[in-house]
Amino acid sequence: MADEHQYCTFYLRDLYFGLDVLKVQEIISYQEMTRVPLASPVVRGLINLRGQIVTALDLRRRLELPDRSPDQLPVNIVVQTDDGAVSLLVDEIGDVLSVSEGDFERPPETLQGIARELILGAYKLDGRLLLILDAGRTVNLANH
Amino acid sequence: MNEVIREFLLETHENLTQLDADLLTLEKDPAHREALASVFRTLHSVKGTAGFVGLVKLQAVAHSAESLLSRLRAGELAFNREIATVLLGVVDSIREVLRAVEGDGSEGSGDYTALIGHLDRLRESPGATAAMPAPASNPVPPSASSPKPLPVVPPSPTVATSAITSVNVVSPTLTLPPKLFPPDSSTETRTSVVSDTSLRVDVRLLDKLMTLVGELVLARNQIMQFGTYQEDTAFHGTVQQLNLLTTELQTNVMKTRMQPIGNVWNKFPRVVRDLSVACGKQVRFEMDGQETELDKTIIEAIRDPLTHLVRNAVDHGIETPDVRMASGKSAEGRLLLHAFHEGGKVLIEIADDGGGIDPQRVREKAVRSNVVAADEAARMSERELINLVFLPGFSTTEKVTHFSGRGVGMDVVRTNIEKIGGTVDIESQLGRGTTVRMKIPLTLAIIPALTVTSGGERYCIPQVNLLELLRLEGEKAAHGIESMHGAPVYRRRGHLLPVAYLTDLLGIASNRIASAEVNIVVLQADDRQFGLVVDAIHDTEEIVVKPLQKQLKGIAVFAGATIMGDGRVALILDVLGLAQRAHVVSGVRGRALAEKSPEGTEGAAVERESLLLFATADGGRMAIPLALVARLEEFPQSVLERAGSREVVQYRGEILTLLDVCQELRRLASNRNGESPTERNWQRAGSTPSEGNSQVVVYAGSEPRVGFVVGSILDIVEEEVTVRSRANRPGVLFTAVVQGRVTEFLNVDALIQAAALELAPAP
Repeated sequence: MADEHQYCTFYLRDLYFGLDVLKVQEIISYQEMTRVPLASPVVRGLINLRGQIVTALDLRRRLELPDRSPDQLPVNIVVQTDDGAVSLLVDEIGDVLSVSEGDFERPPETLQGIARELILGAYKLDGRLLLILDAGRTVNLANH
Repeated sequence: MNEVIREFLLETHENLTQLDADLLTLEKDPAHREALASVFRTLHSVKGTAGFVGLVKLQAVAHSAESLLSRLRAGELAFNREIATVLLGVVDSIREVLRAVEGDGSEGSGDYTALIGHLDRLRESPGATAAMPAPASNPVPPSASSPKPLPVVPPSPTVATSAITSVNVVSPTLTLPPKLFPPDSSTETRTSVVSDTSLRVDVRLLDKLMTLVGELVLARNQIMQFGTYQEDTAFHGTVQQLNLLTTELQTNVMKTRMQPIGNVWNKFPRVVRDLSVACGKQVRFEMDGQETELDKTIIEAIRDPLTHLVRNAVDHGIETPDVRMASGKSAEGRLLLHAFHEGGKVLIEIADDGGGIDPQRVREKAVRSNVVAADEAARMSERELINLVFLPGFSTTEKVTHFSGRGVGMDVVRTNIEKIGGTVDIESQLGRGTTVRMKIPLTLAIIPALTVTSGGERYCIPQVNLLELLRLEGEKAAHGIESMHGAPVYRRRGHLLPVAYLTDLLGIASNRIASAEVNIVVLQADDRQFGLVVDAIHDTEEIVVKPLQKQLKGIAVFAGATIMGDGRVALILDVLGLAQRAHVVSGVRGRALAEKSPEGTEGAAVERESLLLFATADGGRMAIPLALVARLEEFPQSVLERAGSREVVQYRGEILTLLDVCQELRRLASNRNGESPTERNWQRAGSTPSEGNSQVVVYAGSEPRVGFVVGSILDIVEEEVTVRSRANRPGVLFTAVVQGRVTEFLNVDALIQAAALELAPAP
């Protein structure tokens, strides 16, 4: 249906996020990474995705949330960008959700800082909010 | 533009160059049948396709030309200058029409009726030579000069250096050995003469192949590594086979992308001719090594810089005939392009015998335009001065170009060459000419690289930047790297090599154990060398360079990344970026210490100053102000010579008298006590790190210069000297505590004065 959207959902701390499912290439478990010295702290490293070198960005750091505990291994969501695949490290993966356009609302003025740049808005689900990320801006560290 | 027209444009552009050449051949040698056949075929195919795609004017011109040619071919007419001129005119009008088609798809407004008329008149003419009646049934009569039909050499495909920008996704036809062709008996077939031995392949397909081969190389490396844990011999055999096949495949796929450098050069004769005519100069243009092959991407990258340099050489390098005659040279200037392989790289030289660059004027200009400071410029060698023209800002000024001969855009030339991992360098002799030398890698995609580890991660260093590997063990590991006022240096064969720690440059923690051996990778960045200290050095392997994504683009110390044999990613270091980060490369400057040091006085007067700490041969700890030090040198015993009672060494064109500090102090002490000077009995301390070599501090203040032989250099420190006490022996100014240890401050003047009594007066 035209006013239905599918989102790949995931968790960061207690927050529930969604990325346009069409932007998501695949989900892979935690991989050993090669650190990149001198890079932005958001860049956690490089992974080898079947011969392709993919930059892994920590979404917690990108959204300026506190780091996860060292024993908590993140999951890679590989998203397609103009510059090839980029991996986003998240705490946990949720379902692919179909939501109806009518439940969407843009962020209020009170949402400030980096979140305002990256969060397009929220779907009002039963009992919780699904925050929608702008994939393009999220992987763009130019102003970071 | 539809596909047929696009193909037609591309092919015709290629053929036109050949057509020009063939016609010129015919003009010289009217009996040259291969050239005639080639011209005929090309025009015929132009006519055919032009008719097919509806280019009426072009078809008409080609038709008339073809008719004239068929009479020539039949031997009814002899080729002469007039015919050549008209046929060359045909080539020009074909070009004109093609340009129009490229532009707006139309044939343009050109009127070719006069040309066609001329062609027809020539065709109807009875012929300059006695025309032999040719049987109409046989269009290719065997002539006396060619008893059997001659094989036809197809026109060697030339690269579309053309202006067809819209078709540059199609690669130029790959050059293959020309195959001999059967005689052109049929004029019916639309002869595509190269189609039997070569194919037109989309460059994107080649790129894709290249990528796949890259992946295959990685998979091969992984399997080979895996194979080391296997016992099975059959498996080993298969792995070996896979290894060989992969290598061969890789070589051949890389070859598909190789093109002779002549593909870029072939337009230069025309560029040179046109430009020299425009400038009123006579230039003899020579090319050597056109067949030298380079990767397609590299060929494209050097096209513009080369064109620029060739234009520069004609425009500014070579003088006008009268100027040349006046300076005793031949009126005709010489410009030579030379390419050849050297050490896995391609060297390209652009040499002219023109006026050259005047280093003094470059110096003046550089100082005036604040490119370098005056004192810096004064110290620079001619070679360094000439290479200033590569600096941005220097080159863009008009004034520079017209005197220096080279300028506009030289910085762009250098940037472009460096972008592909090459280097460029100028050599010039005033009045004798200029040579620009480029060193270009053969390919970019797969490079040999050295793997090192630092801070627990592996890094790859491109082999091209690598000079040598040094390993310091034992005592050397602990003291081999010295500190020059905080800057680590290593004495490599008597010269100080600046050293940087990879972990420091990358801001990561080192896993190095303090007592373990030290690994130094000596690297070349621009024209400078430096040592990079890494935790461990592994082996060299072929790596596939992958670009970094944009999140990491800004980090200059990385050139890319690669996947190693075990499947993990490793970063490739950018040596120039590292050198800049380590401040090894940052503009032009000398290495000498004295020139940079502040005005130095006797140690006592200065509160906080830089001190050179050294140990004397008998184990004493002494200091002198760094300002009094010109250089630190290390001389092997073998170069030390004797003059009178002292040792001397030939140093920078003068004789440097060596004063052994230990010895001289003893001498002073004995003089004071009225004893006769003791015979020299040199004893080197056993702990001198460089066995057999003399550590010499060259003193900055005296004339002639002297060098102090010390036991070993300890450190250079900047310290406030507060605690001090009176000296207790001659030759020492005072005693103070430096770095928590009692240190004697050497009275340099006293030593020199004492020695001067014995030294011969300076000539």
